[in-house]
Amino acid sequence: MDFGSINPVILIASLMVAATPILLAAIGELVVEKAGVLNLGVEGMMITGAVAGFAVAVTTQNPYLGMLAAIVAGALVSMLFAVLTQILMANQVASGLALTLFGLGFSALLGQSYVGIVPPRTPKLDFGPLTDLPVVGPILFNHDILVYVSIALVAAVWYWLNYSRGGRVLRAVGENHDSAHALGYKVTRVRILSIAFGGACAGLGGAYLSLVRVPQWTEGMTAGAGWIALALVVFASWRPWRALAGAYLFGGIMVLQLNLQAAGFRIPVEYLAMSPYIITILVLVIMSSNRARRSMAAPGSLGRSFHAAG
Amino acid sequence: MLRLEKRPSPSKLWNYATPVVAVLLTMIAGGILFMALGKNPFEAIKLIFWDPLFSEQFASYSRPQLLIKAGPLILIAVGLSVGFRAGIWNIGAEGQYIIGALCAAAVALAFYPAESWLVFPLMIIAGAAGGWAWAMVPAILKTRFNTNEILVSLLMVYIAEKLLAAAATGFMRNPQGSGFPGSRNIHNYASASNQELIANTGMHWGVVAALIAVIFTYVLLQRHILGFHVQLAGQAPRAARFAGVAPARLVLMCLGLSGAFAGMAGMFEVAGPARLITIDFNAGYGFTAIIVAFLGRLHPVGIVLAGLLLALTYIGGELAQFMLNLPAAAIQVFQGMLLFFLLALDVLSNYRVRLSFPSRSSEVV
Amino acid sequence: MSIPLLSLQGLTKVYPGVVANSDVSFDIGEGEVHALLGENGAGKSTLVKAIYGLIRPNEGQMLWRGEVYAPSAPAQARATGVAMVFQHFSLFDAMDVAENVALGMDNPPPIRELSAKITEVSNNYGLPLDPHRMVGDLSAGERQRVEIIRCLLQNPQLLIMDEPTSVLTPQEVDILFRTLRQLRSEGKSILYISHKLEEIRALCENSTVLRLGKVVGRADPRKESARSLAELMVGQVLHTPSREAGTPGKMLLKVTDLSVASPSAFGTSLKGVNLSVRAGEVLGIGGVAGNGQDELLGALSGEIRADSEAVQMDSNPVGQFGPTARRAMGLLCAPEERLGHAAAPDMSLTENALLTGAYREKLVTNGFVSWSKAKTFAESVIKRFDVRTPGPHVAARALSGGNLQKFVIGREIMQRPSVLVVNQPTWGVDASAAAQIRQAILDLAQAGAAVVVISQDLDELLEVADNFAALNGGRLSAPRPVQGLTMDQIGLMLGGAEGETHAAA
Repeated sequence: MDFGSINPVILIASLMVAATPILLAAIGELVVEKAGVLNLGVEGMMITGAVAGFAVAVTTQNPYLGMLAAIVAGALVSMLFAVLTQILMANQVASGLALTLFGLGFSALLGQSYVGIVPPRTPKLDFGPLTDLPVVGPILFNHDILVYVSIALVAAVWYWLNYSRGGRVLRAVGENHDSAHALGYKVTRVRILSIAFGGACAGLGGAYLSLVRVPQWTEGMTAGAGWIALALVVFASWRPWRALAGAYLFGGIMVLQLNLQAAGFRIPVEYLAMSPYIITILVLVIMSSNRARRSMAAPGSLGRSFHAAG
Repeated sequence: MLRLEKRPSPSKLWNYATPVVAVLLTMIAGGILFMALGKNPFEAIKLIFWDPLFSEQFASYSRPQLLIKAGPLILIAVGLSVGFRAGIWNIGAEGQYIIGALCAAAVALAFYPAESWLVFPLMIIAGAAGGWAWAMVPAILKTRFNTNEILVSLLMVYIAEKLLAAAATGFMRNPQGSGFPGSRNIHNYASASNQELIANTGMHWGVVAALIAVIFTYVLLQRHILGFHVQLAGQAPRAARFAGVAPARLVLMCLGLSGAFAGMAGMFEVAGPARLITIDFNAGYGFTAIIVAFLGRLHPVGIVLAGLLLALTYIGGELAQFMLNLPAAAIQVFQGMLLFFLLALDVLSNYRVRLSFPSRSSEVV
Repeated sequence: MSIPLLSLQGLTKVYPGVVANSDVSFDIGEGEVHALLGENGAGKSTLVKAIYGLIRPNEGQMLWRGEVYAPSAPAQARATGVAMVFQHFSLFDAMDVAENVALGMDNPPPIRELSAKITEVSNNYGLPLDPHRMVGDLSAGERQRVEIIRCLLQNPQLLIMDEPTSVLTPQEVDILFRTLRQLRSEGKSILYISHKLEEIRALCENSTVLRLGKVVGRADPRKESARSLAELMVGQVLHTPSREAGTPGKMLLKVTDLSVASPSAFGTSLKGVNLSVRAGEVLGIGGVAGNGQDELLGALSGEIRADSEAVQMDSNPVGQFGPTARRAMGLLCAPEERLGHAAAPDMSLTENALLTGAYREKLVTNGFVSWSKAKTFAESVIKRFDVRTPGPHVAARALSGGNLQKFVIGREIMQRPSVLVVNQPTWGVDASAAAQIRQAILDLAQAGAAVVVISQDLDELLEVADNFAALNGGRLSAPRPVQGLTMDQIGLMLGGAEGETHAAA
């Protein structure tokens, strides 16, 4: 066992990479939940994005086209959920599960011929000499574009939700859909658009897994990342910056756990591999037990169907 | 324009009709999918839904498989259905199933090679207790800390899978297995073996347990005040509290019951069809059972039919995989589509679909 | 005659199975305060929704200053100059006042400017409001201010107010009326919807009376008596509940220093509530919505646990008991919210009869339900309380408000309670059903039960109660005999100015 082999700078740099897929998915789901919709299909949308992105990237040999395809695929598959819950009034929990089950099967079907292929490399952004700076170089200036995009997305969502008219309407719809309807806002339309955004983000997160983080396609490769993203939204109390902090925390645990495995830590690999899930549960417990704060933060209409009478 | 209008009371007719229509629509959509994969859709559908039961070539092998596959699906689904009715979402049955199997296997391996009639009942108890205990984690976290049981029960599946891997490659590995992962063959250990009860029917103790569970649940839901409280809590939580239902107790009961059933299903599987603990012991029954529960309208009798149908898609899917080279994942997609159609059609039991013309001066009254 | 501001001509709105409005016509002049009178279910809400663009009428037209006005959405109505204060506020608890106001405007200025404007306008109209406070923390009266300010900031020509005083104390009503008169003096028109006749007589110069969707009368309310307006509105001579005076018996319910936290985030916690009710006595508890009524009912029904000694039934401490145990002892309740609390909407009346009657009516033996007994019980409630329904198999949500309320109250009364607690027993119920319910409550008291009636309808409380107490911010005033109580005193009690229980003898 050799802890000395774990370099903190590399650890931080790689936790950012590890965190990016769940961060992307979580920020999307955060917007969806702010609009009052609970979409438990994140895992399904992520893996759909992972396979679509992988397939297109391999076919075109262009990772960015792959990511674009993942965004489109994630948004498209989320529309299944949107139609079920927003138009056909189906139960959101069941529909989200259906989306996950369907996504896992559908991606396995699409991905069959891509198993074992190496995707085109996603280049790191070129910051010139900045990259060579000690400590800050590897942490801040040595990543691919999506790491920066995910952080920018957090900032954009934060600003948009709190300071724009559209964001205000979205929060209003999630807070009390009857009131929003009475004021003349299109509850269903706002929610469908949010769901599409959530799907796109989850799709992109999935593609990041298959194109950058792993990079390979295997069946069921998301391995619960979608569910961790859902937990992250609770952890973040529906606040974007906290989602970033939470994602990096989880990223850190995942990377550390892998590092410990590599360092020959004397615990069987399987137990180390459990740690992200156990820690996710612990975090959920801590966040949920503070009941007053939780009910303040959770959107008032979360998970409830809206049907305009008349 | 199509418009939805809430019915004063849910339609009984559509309640029964939607699963049937959903299955038909899934067959059509599945046919299109198979066509897209370059297979003959009619042949594929026939291979999946007809041949396992009626073709001379396959039926003798496939027919017993029906009960073998349907047994765990029904046993798990019937447990889940109670919680789903109460709005308590245990989606981690897969994990409870694994832990049940591990606990039962542990009992068997502890007694090995002693022969006693006590071993098998002890394994059933251990399996049920294991599943129950695994389900108690989300249940207690929910009641104590108000933690979301959906996320916790699901995350517990991943932990169970890692534990299974640790067991198969580590603490439960067969000492005489020359280093290969996997436990001793429990099926071959007479006292622990879950044998076929009637030759060539697939009928084993797990199927018997599933039937008992179905009858138990039926009586619970239809005749017992607890069953009434379960439904009340699902439909109107506030009214349930007013009626005197303690939400915490209901959570513990529903998660406990479904966990115990799933654990038992795992026990019968490891002692029977699966024969031993392996790293890929779990085959997704815990997730498919969610579809079974919904397709069966959360009703015990419906779940029996739905369980048989989904079992058929498993067997037929294997057949189609073998005969038509249809990918295994196609069946997963098929099952997912079934749930989609079902949820989509559900709208018909609660809403009327009306054609309306948005003209401002229509002649009414 | 000058062109009216808004003219409704033959409006008809049909819902499947219901004609909500039929050939409704009337005019609202510039600077006029026009009353729209009618019972619950008379079609007032449907009509104003049409004016506000939330629904489209099937027939008829509206003219705005002589030109065709057919709003397809609220935004269009607002652009024309129509603003509306809803009966059920369209507010967002977890957002602050300024954001709430912004959401009701079509082109809101930046929040900072808006906040300044809110402060300014609210002070001008005598309705002070802090733009940065969270709406969930405001009282009902303050919440209404948010709605009104939201409307005023858009400088409307026509302000629609749907039952605005149902959530206000008499003193707050005076403030509101001052504001409305100020608006009239500025030349704005107001459509004032209410079923409270005295208010209308005090405020409005014109009125249209609706009954079952049709216009049944027009009058200058200042020239009519409350009685003649009431008869126009109801269409029949009302039966006033009656009772004979009796001597109160022994103490059946005693609440001592009851403090419980509200289970909901924006609820009101109870603080040191004291009350006692004797056999044969009716205690009326008034108060503006959201002052702890739900919590009080929950603490009495057993949905919210309290200190063991805080709630005593016939001298037995029951504070720690749940609803089932309290029911067994004879403490029965009927909550305000019919659908979802008192009854499960999608369940049949038989199942809803089982909901509270399971043990007292012996519908359950050894945990097993006798559905035939439950059905018989449901049928007997339906029969005795004149619930209009095809039968006990019908889902609760298919019943009208009045019929379901009769069923819910009847279900409890049929179980022979020794203490009955009801919250808003006649809210949203038509006049004849309301009269029946009040009579049933009085009969029960006469038969020797102790009854607590929680209501926001002061007239109702004065009609049925022997003693009156008021809830304010989770505190209960000392009860006073209803005999000889003046409106002014009641107003002070509702406002919390009157001494609390411990201060009184």
